[in-house]
Amino acid sequence: MSQSDYVVAAYAIVFVTLLVYVAIIAAKLARLERETAALAELARARRDTHG
Amino acid sequence: MTGYIADVAALARKDLRLELRARDTLPAMLLFVLSTLVVFHFALPTGADEVAAQGLLWVALVFTALLGLARAWAPEREGGALEGLVLAPCDRSAIWLGKAAAVFLFLVAIEVVALPAFSLFFSPLDGSAVLGVLLANIGICTVGTLLAAMAAASRTRELILPLLFLPLAIPLVVGGVGASVSTEPVRYLTFLGLYDAVFAILCWASFEYVVAE
Amino acid sequence: MPLIAAAAAGLVGLAIVFAFLVAPEDADQGISQRIFYFHVPIALTAYACFGWGAWKALRLLWTREERYDLESYVAVHQGTIFGALTLATGSIWAKASWGKWWVWDSNQLVLFLVLFLFYSAYFMLRFSIEEGPRRANASAVYALFGVALIPVSFFAIRLAEDFIHPTTFTRDGPQMTGTMFLAFCVSWLAMSVLAYALYRVELLGKRLDANLRELREALT
Repeated sequence: MSQSDYVVAAYAIVFVTLLVYVAIIAAKLARLERETAALAELARARRDTHG
Repeated sequence: MTGYIADVAALARKDLRLELRARDTLPAMLLFVLSTLVVFHFALPTGADEVAAQGLLWVALVFTALLGLARAWAPEREGGALEGLVLAPCDRSAIWLGKAAAVFLFLVAIEVVALPAFSLFFSPLDGSAVLGVLLANIGICTVGTLLAAMAAASRTRELILPLLFLPLAIPLVVGGVGASVSTEPVRYLTFLGLYDAVFAILCWASFEYVVAE
Repeated sequence: MPLIAAAAAGLVGLAIVFAFLVAPEDADQGISQRIFYFHVPIALTAYACFGWGAWKALRLLWTREERYDLESYVAVHQGTIFGALTLATGSIWAKASWGKWWVWDSNQLVLFLVLFLFYSAYFMLRFSIEEGPRRANASAVYALFGVALIPVSFFAIRLAEDFIHPTTFTRDGPQMTGTMFLAFCVSWLAMSVLAYALYRVELLGKRLDANLRELREALT
């Protein structure tokens, strides 16, 4: 590996780490969205049984 | 102030008396350190210099200390006494100091045998090495006792104490080995003193948060 | 908050431009020196994150307000990630400069190794205690020990040089030219803002989690 390859590798690692981070956040967002939808459903059911 | 010291002394005395009666931790630590030294003899290839052996002494000391620290809070845990102690009208940090003092005395008791054994098996130890051991003991006891109390709250008690302790022990090992090996041991001894001062103050100030509910 | 993220993105882009196009090539090390523009700012940002985490920990112990526990944890988490990146970039730089993936000569790398071990134990500690004030307090105290360890370890490693391994290599000194220094500063600012943006994002995510859990408990 030439010198510039190492430089690219170093910067690439930082970049890839960032991308992985974004992917994890995206997955978390999806899960949170499912969770809020489920909770909204629960709230609706509650309101209907009490109303 | 005298009340504080009396509390600390009473707590330390209690631990010593418990150990004298039960006699489980000290003999185990003693046997462990001696066995470790023998293992090191076989682990060092021929031609390895005396300096390497000095380093191994510190490995033995740190791991023997870990053995003892893992059991340090055992009496309180088994009897449920820690909650009682915490409610007692003494300063919480006195609990820590008393326990640390007891552990210190245990370590010294072990070293009274281990250091001569090391001199016998490997190479003689000079005054600065012994002083280094004593100063490092202080660091090990203060930090180790607090970390052991932290580990007691954890699910993975025995597993986590070494993980918490070893990174903090690295400077002690550097100081200790330096004191034994280097031509100007004073720098290393001063460093050990610095470590002891910084971390003793930190432990003393933060112990009450570790045992608080 | 989107503003912070945008700023981070912009600054990082700017930093890369500076690192590659603006700064002159180093006479001794050649192109591999350019790794320095990322490696050192990442290291400094890691220190800053650990310091930030310790500050939040102190606030927790002082005021006993719950939110500081999460803030401290997220800061330490960021610090550990940046610390791992420091080790990775440092290792690559070592390979590029001296042909080996790891050298005990570089004090900064060894310091980060010790800190990485220390803060990894932080997470093991956190995950092995039940949620509650006990866990928050233990984590906070441990985070404080961490920042005390940073200077102590630094001196220890320096002292260890005498008998462990004589330093045969010296690296970048402070003899940077004007433009090099500028590139370095831009990069440092970029990394700091990036860390802050990630910190805010993670904090937001975790708070959302906690709120949703409470909501679920209230509804069922």
